[in-house]
Amino acid sequence: MFRYIIRRLIAGVITLLVVTLVTFGIFFMVPKLTGTDPALLYTGKQTDKVAIEGARKKMGLDKPVIEQYGLFVKGLVVGRDYDDGPDKTHCPAPCFGYSFKNQFNVWQRMLSDLPVTASLAVGAAVIWLILGVGAGIISALRKGRAIDRAVMTGALAGVSLPIYFTGLLSASIFVYTLNWLPSPGYSPFLQNPLTWAQGLILPWITLAFLFAATYARLTRATMLETLSEDYIRTARAKGLRERTVIGKHALRSTLTPITTVFGLDLGALLGGAVLTETVFNLNGLGKDAVLAISTSDLPVILGVTMFAAFFIVLANLIVDVLYGVIDPRVRLA
Amino acid sequence: MTTDNTVRTSPGPTLAGPPPPGSDVFLRINDLRIQFKTDDGIVKAVDGLSFGLGRGKTLGIVGESGSGKSVTSLGILGLHRGRGRNADVTGEIWLDGEELISTPQERVRQLRGQKMAMIFQDPLTSMHPYYSIGTQIVEAYRVHNAVSKKVARRRAIEMLGRVGIPRPERRVDDYPHEFSGGMRQRAMIAMALVCNPELLIADEPTTALDVTVQAQILDLIRDLQGEFGSAVIIITHDLGVVAELADDILVMYGGKCVEYGPADELFWRPEHPYTWGLLSSMPRVDRDVRDRLVPIKGSPPSLINLPRGCAFHPRCPYSERDGIPCRSVVPELAGEQQHLVACHLPAAQRRRIFSDDIAPAL
Ligand SMILES: Nc1ncnc2c1ncn2[C@@H]1O[C@H](COP(=O)(O)OP(=O)(O)O)[C@@H](O)[C@H]1O
Ligand code: SF4
Ligand SMILES: [Mg+2]
Repeated sequence: MFRYIIRRLIAGVITLLVVTLVTFGIFFMVPKLTGTDPALLYTGKQTDKVAIEGARKKMGLDKPVIEQYGLFVKGLVVGRDYDDGPDKTHCPAPCFGYSFKNQFNVWQRMLSDLPVTASLAVGAAVIWLILGVGAGIISALRKGRAIDRAVMTGALAGVSLPIYFTGLLSASIFVYTLNWLPSPGYSPFLQNPLTWAQGLILPWITLAFLFAATYARLTRATMLETLSEDYIRTARAKGLRERTVIGKHALRSTLTPITTVFGLDLGALLGGAVLTETVFNLNGLGKDAVLAISTSDLPVILGVTMFAAFFIVLANLIVDVLYGVIDPRVRLA
Repeated sequence: MTTDNTVRTSPGPTLAGPPPPGSDVFLRINDLRIQFKTDDGIVKAVDGLSFGLGRGKTLGIVGESGSGKSVTSLGILGLHRGRGRNADVTGEIWLDGEELISTPQERVRQLRGQKMAMIFQDPLTSMHPYYSIGTQIVEAYRVHNAVSKKVARRRAIEMLGRVGIPRPERRVDDYPHEFSGGMRQRAMIAMALVCNPELLIADEPTTALDVTVQAQILDLIRDLQGEFGSAVIIITHDLGVVAELADDILVMYGGKCVEYGPADELFWRPEHPYTWGLLSSMPRVDRDVRDRLVPIKGSPPSLINLPRGCAFHPRCPYSERDGIPCRSVVPELAGEQQHLVACHLPAAQRRRIFSDDIAPAL
C-alpha cells in the first residue's frame, strides 16, 4: 500500500510538471499568434518605447523561452526577483508572477479567492452527494415504480437545464419574488457561519442540482448492476438482513465508481466554478479566470490554469489512494 | 447407499401436506412451481416439482443448464421472495415441520444460513471482493449467533482449518482474490457450514473448478456431511458425480422432474430417454474411448414456450414410437415402488431398450 502511494505521488508530480510546460508553451504561443506583445499588455496601451522595454526587461520577456520557463519553474519553487535596476520586486514562492492589468500578485489573489470557490464547491458537493446518491439508491430499489420515474425525470432535467437558467430562475423566485433568501454573495465562514451559508445556499443548490442529476443516474445504474452480482445473492443466502445486504454489501461496491467521479468533479470545481460564480457574481477563481481571459491577462490565466491542474492532480491522487483502500484487488496492481 | 422407504413419496399434483410426525423426512417439497414474469413472457422455471429428503441423506439433482436446478435451490432458501423480484412461487416447502412458502420472510431469513445453507458454482464471484474471507465468515456466523467478533473469528479460523486450508490463522485475513479456485470453494464451504446447517445445498460446486480439484471438493463435501450430519442437495449436470455421492437422484428437464429414484437404480437401470442421453454424453472412468461420447442432440427447451406434450419430444429418438402421444399429452411421473419415470413408453419396453440398445454402448 505504501509503495502504491509513493508511485502515485511521483506520477502526480510528473503530471504537474507537464502541465506547467504545456501551459507555459501556450502562454508564449498566444501572444505570438494574436500578434500582441506581452510587454505591451503589461504597460497598457502606452507608446513610450522606453517604458515597454523596461517592462520587457523587468518581466524577463527578453530572455529565450527556455530560460523563461526555467525562471518560471524556479519562481514556483523558490520565488524570483523581477529586477530592472532600482525598481526591484521580490515575488516569494510559489511565484506565478503579476497581473499585467492590475499588477497584483497572482498567487496572493488566488489564495484570497480560493475560500470563495472552495466554499461553493464543498458546500455544493455535500448537497449533491447526499441528494444524488440517495435518490439513485431509492430509484434502484424501486426500479420501474413511480418514484423511480420521478427521480429519473428530475435527473434528466438536472443534466439538461443550463446552470444560468436554473440559477437565474431560482434567484428570481427565492430572492426577488418570495424574499426567502438574501441575494447570493460570499462572506467569510469564520465571520458568521449563518450569513456564509445564507449567501451561498442558492449557488450551492443550483450547482448541486446539476451534479446530483449525474450522480443519481450513476448510482442507480451501478446499484442495479451490483444487486445482480453473485455475492449479493450469497449475502442473502447467509441470512443477512436486507438492510445489511443493501447498506453494506451493495453500497460498498456502488460507492467505488462514485468515489472516482466525485474526486475528479470536486478537483475540477476547486479550480473554479466558472459559470456558477459568474451567474451569482461570486468573486472566486472562476470569475478571475473569466476576467483574465477576456482581458488577455496571461499571468492570471497561467496561474488559474495551474491551480486548477494542481487540484485535479491532487484529487486524482486521493482517488487512487482511496481506491486502494476500498478495493483490495487494486493494491496489487 | 441405503434408501429409506419413508423418505420418498409419490410426487403428485396435490399438496400432500407435511410429512407424517415421527418420520425422518427433513425436507419435503410438494408441487413447487416457480414462475418469472419477464418482458418476453412467463418463464416456468420450476413446474410442479415434488421430492423428499431424509435427515443426513443426499439428493442429487441432475439436468442440463437451464432446466431449473438453481431456481429450485434458490426457491428452497426463499431467495425469490422480496420486493421488486418478479417471481411467483407456489407449492409447499416443508423444512423440519415448518412450511416455508407461507412463513413470513423474516422467519425464512433467520433459517437461511442457520438451518439451511448454500454453496454456489463460482466461488470467485460469489464472495464479496472487498471483504476478507475471515470478515465474510465472521459475518455469516454473527448474524445467527450472539457472540463477540473475537469468538466468531476463532470459529472462522477453526472452520477454515476443518475444510483443509493450511495455516488458517493467517489465511483468514486474505481476500478472495488471493485464494486459488479450489481454496476459495473450500472457504465458501466453511462459510456455509459455519452455523452447522441441517440442510446444505451445493449448486454445481465443482463446475467452475479445475478438474484436478473437483474430486477433492466432492470428497470434502462427503467427509463434512459425515461429520456434520447435514442433509445435502447436490446439483450438477454430471450424473457420474452424484451416482457415487447421492442416495437419491432426481433428473430435471424443462423445469419438471422426468426421473426420480434411488441412485443405484437410476444409474444402473435408468428408464427415461433423457437420462439415457445424459449417461451417454458423460465421460466414464471405465470408458477410455472418448469418441463414443454421444451428446444429446438439439438444445434445452425455452421455458417460456415449452414444447407441447412431453417437453423432451423434439430431441427424443423414441418420440411417437408405436403411436404413443408424445407430442400432445404430458407424461405423468409414475412408477413402481420408488423409481418414478415420466415417459409414455411402456415400462417393459423402456427396460428392454435400455438393456438392449443403450447399456451396451455405454
Ligand atoms: N430472475 C429470473 N427472471 C427470469 N428468468 C429467470 C430468472 N432466474 C432464472 N430464470 C430462468 O429460469 C431458467 C432456469 O434457470 P436455472 O435454474 O438457473 O437453470 P439451471 O438448471 O442451469 O440451474 C433459465 O431459463 C433462466 O433464464
Ligand atoms: S414421452 Fe415420448 S418423447 Fe417423451 S421421453 Fe418418453 S418417448 Fe421420448
Ligand atoms: Mg444453475
